[in-house]
Amino acid sequence: MTLTLRNIAKTFPGGTRALLPTDLDIAEGEIVSLLGPSGCGKTTLLRIIAGLETADAGASIRFKDDDMTHQPVERRKVGMVFQSYALFPNMSVRGNIGYGLKMQRLPRAAIDARVDEVIALCRLEPYAGRTITALSGGQRQRVALARAFAPRPRLLLLDEPLSALDAALRGTLRDELAALLRQFGITAIFVTHDQDEAMAIADRVAVMSQGRVAQIGTPEALYRAPETAFVARFVGNSMPLGGKIDGGTLHLPGGDLTLNATATGKAAFVRAEDVKITADGPLTARVETVTFLGTHYRIALSGATDAPLFCLHQGLTAPKPGETVRVTIAPHAILTLEPEKAAA
Amino acid sequence: MRIGKALQLAVTLLAAAFLLVPTIQSVLAGLTVNYFQGLKSGLTLKWVIEVWALYSGSIFLSLGIALACLVMTLLIGVPAAYAMARNPGRLTRALEEFISLPLAIPGLALALALLQLYGSYKGFRLSWTFILVGHVLYTLPFMVRAVMSVLAAIDLKTLEEGAASLGAGPARRFVDIVIPNALPGILAGALTVVTLSIGEFNLTWMLHTPYLKTLPVGLADSYASMRLEIASAYTLIFFVMIVPLLLAMQWASARAQRITR
Repeated sequence: MTLTLRNIAKTFPGGTRALLPTDLDIAEGEIVSLLGPSGCGKTTLLRIIAGLETADAGASIRFKDDDMTHQPVERRKVGMVFQSYALFPNMSVRGNIGYGLKMQRLPRAAIDARVDEVIALCRLEPYAGRTITALSGGQRQRVALARAFAPRPRLLLLDEPLSALDAALRGTLRDELAALLRQFGITAIFVTHDQDEAMAIADRVAVMSQGRVAQIGTPEALYRAPETAFVARFVGNSMPLGGKIDGGTLHLPGGDLTLNATATGKAAFVRAEDVKITADGPLTARVETVTFLGTHYRIALSGATDAPLFCLHQGLTAPKPGETVRVTIAPHAILTLEPEKAAA
Repeated sequence: MRIGKALQLAVTLLAAAFLLVPTIQSVLAGLTVNYFQGLKSGLTLKWVIEVWALYSGSIFLSLGIALACLVMTLLIGVPAAYAMARNPGRLTRALEEFISLPLAIPGLALALALLQLYGSYKGFRLSWTFILVGHVLYTLPFMVRAVMSVLAAIDLKTLEEGAASLGAGPARRFVDIVIPNALPGILAGALTVVTLSIGEFNLTWMLHTPYLKTLPVGLADSYASMRLEIASAYTLIFFVMIVPLLLAMQWASARAQRITR
């Protein structure tokens, strides 16, 4: 493993436990995302890896054979892309990108060569001489990435690198960032609260909740086999079905569903795309609202479950609000998990 | 409506005249051969030359003290403002108020305290550095506040974290990041300090010795003991020195404010 984190915890003055003891292993060249809602400890963990925050006693951060637990940030050789980019307004684009190389006391010619190389890689040629204030949000993001990458760090850390951009730009830049990180071939950890972003960029995603890693795995594994109710809800927006599981049957207000296996005492979840409107479905539901979204309709159903149930319906027509429909949920699409604690 | 406009204009012109007429009169008095005979006695630079002969020492002393004061406030004020900007909190607020105290205390009282404390150290008491200490005490809050307001407007902590992640130690970060980004505030503060130091009278009048008269102290001296034309010529010289500084100060603080916003 390239990066080995052991027993990383953070208690802020005042006793708030931002991060509970966490272990994490990251392989060479791997891109790992820390995904979770705000306050889950993901940024704290990233800042501890960067050396911008000190972990509680007993922590260990190792990079290959190098123990960097007690190294200050400036000697860790990690590149960092900040949420606000933190570009230096007193320097040009070139000046920003070359700063880390200057700190390594490289000769002038070597700095220039490397800066040119990174500028070309990030397609920043037209902006090289500009000041930071003359750049758009997307350009700033690329400069921040280029600046962090130029000094050849052994690890690249990105803190919500896309959240400062507007929604339209975010989608394009997400794919661009994913492509650049792969091209760099660098080990990278990036923090986000956006599951689409995590899925699109990362090889592995660590879903975090309340100061701990709830589950870590490939995007597919997290989506298809969530281990906890929180992961099911956060990755892929699974809806709790409610009702009561008795052996291999789920009893709901709108009818009974058959499960793949017995799961007494567990809670059932389903995703909107797995809820089908069919003529012979076992559940009865009333159509509340119908929203046309281009590729599909989003239909809110009541009566089948305690809470409104959403269904992504494909087809040329959709039922009208007020109509009664029959609903099917395939047994394999129902996730049965330990119920969440009330406090969550 | 038109009467209202005319009235506004009249009041403005009157107010301007109230300030301008004595100024022009004073300037002219310094340039006329005999003030009591008026302009018909002719214009001359004689008095200006005489002032230069009598008081050029004061002018150079004032300039010297102002520059020394600037160096001291830069050396003390910029790092102090930086430290306070990086560690906001109750202690910092208290310290800021403490530094600002000399603004609330009359210069005379401050000077008296300095005399009581250091008056018996003859070498120090008779040296120009004694006046310098008074000026630094009085001008330091202006430097600290100007730099702090600019530092508060930029996200200094993240900028420094960015520099640190690129391998810059604390000293490099201060030189490469903090100072360049605080520059508008430093410039505004520097011009304020120089202008205030050159014009400072209250404190300086208490601290000066007959051999150490600054520009304003010399001005008071000339008003008290010289003929009116010489005193007016002195005022003229004072104007010529201080007005460009005031203009530059306005320009610099406007520039610093643009960043603060």
